[in-house]
Amino acid sequence: MAPAVVIEKLQKRYGSVDAVKDVSLTIESGEIFGLLGPNGAGKTTTLRCLCTLATPDSGQIQVSGDSVLTHPRRARQRLGYVAQEVALDKVLTGRELLELQAALYHIPRAQIKGRIAQVVSLLSLSEWIDQKTGTYSGGIRKRLDLAAGLLHQPDVLVLDEPTVGLDIESRVAVWDFLRQLRTAGTTVLITSHYLEEVDALADRVAIIDKGLVIATGTPSALKDGLGGDRITLRLREFTPAAEAESTKVMLSALSFVQDVIINEAQGNSLNLVVEPQSDALLTIQQALKEAGLPTFGISQSRPSLDDVYLAATGQTLLDADLAAVALRDPKKEKKQSMR
Amino acid sequence: MSQTVTPPQANLDQLRPAGGTAAIAAQSSEFSDFVQETAALTKRLFIQLQRRPSTLMAGLIQPVMWLVLFGALFQNVPPGLFGGSENYGQFLGAGVMVFTAFGGALNAGLPVMFDREFGFLNRLLVAPLVSRFSIVAASAIFITTLSVLQTAIIIAMSACLGAGLPGLPGLALVGTIVLLLVVAVTAISLGLAFALPGHIELIAVIFVTNLPLLFASTALAPLSFMPNWLQWVASLNPLSYAIEPIRYIYNHADWSLASVVMQTPFAEVTLAGSLLVLVGFGAVALLSVRSLLSRSFA
Repeated sequence: MAPAVVIEKLQKRYGSVDAVKDVSLTIESGEIFGLLGPNGAGKTTTLRCLCTLATPDSGQIQVSGDSVLTHPRRARQRLGYVAQEVALDKVLTGRELLELQAALYHIPRAQIKGRIAQVVSLLSLSEWIDQKTGTYSGGIRKRLDLAAGLLHQPDVLVLDEPTVGLDIESRVAVWDFLRQLRTAGTTVLITSHYLEEVDALADRVAIIDKGLVIATGTPSALKDGLGGDRITLRLREFTPAAEAESTKVMLSALSFVQDVIINEAQGNSLNLVVEPQSDALLTIQQALKEAGLPTFGISQSRPSLDDVYLAATGQTLLDADLAAVALRDPKKEKKQSMR
Repeated sequence: MSQTVTPPQANLDQLRPAGGTAAIAAQSSEFSDFVQETAALTKRLFIQLQRRPSTLMAGLIQPVMWLVLFGALFQNVPPGLFGGSENYGQFLGAGVMVFTAFGGALNAGLPVMFDREFGFLNRLLVAPLVSRFSIVAASAIFITTLSVLQTAIIIAMSACLGAGLPGLPGLALVGTIVLLLVVAVTAISLGLAFALPGHIELIAVIFVTNLPLLFASTALAPLSFMPNWLQWVASLNPLSYAIEPIRYIYNHADWSLASVVMQTPFAEVTLAGSLLVLVGFGAVALLSVRSLLSRSFA
């Protein structure tokens, strides 16, 4: 059986911006696959190409073995797409929207009523379904959007940042629901810039940055692959670059230190990779004391998905995210998403 | 915008995916699928109209205002000045009819533009539509229905105001003429809705085309009133080719397709000739929009 989704060497430019430079992914049937990356990494563009909303400049995309470029209708029938921005017609009731959706996916007329009743009960929408969507709160809108995406029982449910703007409780509820979908056999592809979301939910993850895939694997394999423990050391709240540099040289000389990265975005903090050994912290603190260096903060942990990102890009996901948000041009992005 | 989603209790059987091509209903034909999607999209537009009747109301009140107020403006002109019409109100009826239909059709692209801007169009585009022209078809059906309704009301109104009523074949021809114009202009407006960057630009285009096309047509005054250059402009304006035949049908019970309805600076135009011009206009509009839509739907 062909994988649920295969993306090969995807490339997509918008004007002078390389939204996606080179993305290749294989998503197996029945797994939850997470696409993790900061804002502006190319996640949404990848999904838009998959869901036939954008035409790739080059590369191949297949859904269950059929190219979305040559067989777009077949792909659209197999995919359920839940966009990041919930677009509802505020004049329609939830039921009317689902009826429209059912007709657009050519669900036989005799089955429409029953199918709508199913998704309404699945997502506990019965209280709201006959009210106009303009009266819905954010969480209900998202739920209706999920219901719409599931109405035609897609093989692959594609969700773009499904929990942005939801509170923790709703987020966990969405996670539970996606796990249930997987158990029932649906392949789920989600994008997220929340580390914990991907860590908690995804069977496999691809980390994507600046339009490139920088790592793929199960979350635990990616973390274990890094090896060693992580020590984050901040000499001062804002450490001068020269001091960070000299400390890096000093600590690199320690036998159990495998790697040192200076994280500029976090006031030149030092991120160390060390052999898992209990006295690493102590030894480092001792060395700092002997060199007469201050310690603002120091902590040790097992590697996280963020460390996978850090190792590949030299900055943490959160920092990359913040930097990307500052650089975003909402007007331009709106233009890209408009058809 | 933080909201609680209560954990849904899923029945796993209901979640099971339909399974590849089985999902593509093999029993239904492409044509019935096209009908299904077009009907559903049209239904949405009518639900919108029903819940937001203000545009419909405005579309009905506006022509009445035209007829009553603008019609009264020239009430005291000497009889016979406006060709065969007995009074200005009667003369104006045809112009208002065409202009109202034209205005409605010109706005056809606006809902589509808003769907683009709000992302609702993406919902339609990720769906396995047989043809994305169903989106265009739904808008065309909607606007056409609305125009027919408006035209009927204007015909009734002007009959009440003393413009008289053509016979049944005449009415049918009036309806045909309005339809031809509406289809052509709707196509152009929908094309613009996909070609222009946003609703501001679309409204600007509607704004600058609407009134000038009205003034540069025979809606408000006959060609003979105009300076030569404006006669040329009005004679190249498709609206004139809708207005003049309708006016002729109203004023001449003995009309035929060979009747000369308009004396342009370059030729005499018969009723059949006007129809031909409208058909040509529609064909050109549809063809150019078709290629444009194919590109943005590719």
